[in-house]
Amino acid sequence: MKKASISILALSVAAAVAGLSVATADMSAGNEPSITPKVMADALHLVMDSDRTVYTQKIVNRLVKKDKVITASEHFEDEKALVLPAQMFRFGSELVAQRAADKPDVNFTYSLQSLWPVNRQNAPKTEVEKAGLQFIADNVGQNYYAEEELGGTKYFTAVYPDIGVAPVCVSCHNDHKDSPRRDFKIGDVMGGVVIRIPLGS
Amino acid sequence: MMSDSGRGGRKTLWLVWLGSALLAALALAYILLNGENQTLFMPGPLSPGHHQLAAACDACHTDPLGGGDVLQEACLACHGDDRKKPVDSHPLVKFSDPRNADRLAQIEATRCVTCHTEHRPEITATDGLTQPLDLCVHCHRDIAADRPSHAGMRFDTCKDSGCHNYHNNRALYTDFLLKHQHAPELLEQPLLPARQFATLLDEFVEYPHDRYPVVALALEDADAPQPVDEEVKHDWLTTAHAAAGVNCSACHLAANAESETPLWTDHPGQQGCSQCHALEVERFGRGRHGMRLATGLAPMTPEQSLLPMQPQASHRELTCNSCHPAHRFDTATAAVDACLDCHADAHSLAYKASRHHELWQRELKGELSEGSGVSCAGCHMPRIDFDVSDWLSRIMVDHNQSANLSPNSKMIRNSCLHCHGLPFSLDALADRDLIDRNFRGRPQAQVRSIGMAGDDQRRALEKTGGSP
Repeated sequence: MKKASISILALSVAAAVAGLSVATADMSAGNEPSITPKVMADALHLVMDSDRTVYTQKIVNRLVKKDKVITASEHFEDEKALVLPAQMFRFGSELVAQRAADKPDVNFTYSLQSLWPVNRQNAPKTEVEKAGLQFIADNVGQNYYAEEELGGTKYFTAVYPDIGVAPVCVSCHNDHKDSPRRDFKIGDVMGGVVIRIPLGS
Repeated sequence: MMSDSGRGGRKTLWLVWLGSALLAALALAYILLNGENQTLFMPGPLSPGHHQLAAACDACHTDPLGGGDVLQEACLACHGDDRKKPVDSHPLVKFSDPRNADRLAQIEATRCVTCHTEHRPEITATDGLTQPLDLCVHCHRDIAADRPSHAGMRFDTCKDSGCHNYHNNRALYTDFLLKHQHAPELLEQPLLPARQFATLLDEFVEYPHDRYPVVALALEDADAPQPVDEEVKHDWLTTAHAAAGVNCSACHLAANAESETPLWTDHPGQQGCSQCHALEVERFGRGRHGMRLATGLAPMTPEQSLLPMQPQASHRELTCNSCHPAHRFDTATAAVDACLDCHADAHSLAYKASRHHELWQRELKGELSEGSGVSCAGCHMPRIDFDVSDWLSRIMVDHNQSANLSPNSKMIRNSCLHCHGLPFSLDALADRDLIDRNFRGRPQAQVRSIGMAGDDQRRALEKTGGSP
């Protein structure tokens, strides 16, 4: 028997979106409060990054590295292990995509990508993704913002550096059999979070 | 210039034509609105997976004016659970990300009907596939760059036995192949997992604990209102129902639309069973045994099957009691005899001469522990760890045998690996003749997947300097 695991990330993101109009309302354009895509993306990223950092440090690193009571594995069901932080992030993203499909006002997507992905599906694909991931790797601490058109829809796309914050992040990527890079250190940019907000056709 | 008689004759013809058309329209409208069998309107035969539902157009066409969205919802209403992670390796969410818009432009993978169009037997292949066999090329044309072992392979071989399954790839993905590459032909302790129902009763919120507490009942506790046949009493008393406190009324008192209080019925249907075994009944309705009942049609009978069946069983109706006769509900009967009473294909007919059957007989005799024998149900209605809800799962017999049928790689994790290693299982399931002999003999097929996965891993590790 097992208990199903859930991600709190999606709920947090939804809460963040709901709270944005209060936090950053711009009354200058008419009487309707509004926010820019950049502010929305920055706020979303703040929630995503905080939740994942908490999961990585307080759950995975503590239980796996410090207390050594359980392992974390990409095959968590077969191994009866914890979900990897990157998977927790992706599962949340998939749940958001599923829920947001019926909510045009909050329809956005996000993903975790890398120039050195363990899973090749997470390599940059569009020109903006490629440029953005290279930019955040070359310019430590800076974000990348651009617009792009995919499938006939324009998107505001933001790319944020994803930093190795805990020993488990670095050791997992350096030791994974499918990892194309094995010299990561804590504090390195290991990849990027790509947030995409539709701007219309 | 036309004469008066010519004009009159033509007018009569028009009137006859108009009257005939009107009568035909009325007849068709009557059949459409009131007739049970609407196959007259079908544009073509259904695929083998759905052929039983030919008389129930509204099973899929839930809204006669609906379009693609209605059909998509109908697909997901029955198949939705299997189209999610981790069961499905190509779930909808993979394609809803805008970064895959270029792939969707190649093939509209978010719609079931893109690959599974109905009523088109001329283009329908195994498993209801109506796309060319090389459809993987749309997204994976550069696969050889990532996996050199695939260089030169044709894309119409991707779904060969033991290679890939677009949906359920759980026993075929690279890491799984590598993890199990050295597993022996026969495990040290071949054993099916034990069912969890009685042990988890306390956690089932829907179980009628208040009316039927889990306390063993004696003969004098039977609450049938009329005198009961001695054999019935004996059957009930010696089975799990009496031992678990399930009295006669639990099944025989059924809700009735005409009365506020439940009324006694001598022949309770599956509603009686579903009061406690709702999940089993629901899964039964998803498979080929129960899908007609679940759609409101008369029960399935062997004569309607496309598979070879025993002629004497032609008219047997498939309900819960077909395999679990009241009041014994003997699971041993349901696991083999009930199957062989109907099925007459080569694989079924060869079962009693197989090693699997020999083990089953030894289990029944008590020579081997429970779960050591291999019945029909042991493989085709496997014991799976099923998510009862978001918070609870239990090991149950999956009564949707269709979920574990084709492609046969879907059986590997749920069935084969309880007793056999992965390499042997892959080879055995790729050998059609061996399957027909019910696995008497050794596999002659040799699936290359595990060797290819190992080769690719060695190349990748040499390139990056990593270790397995």
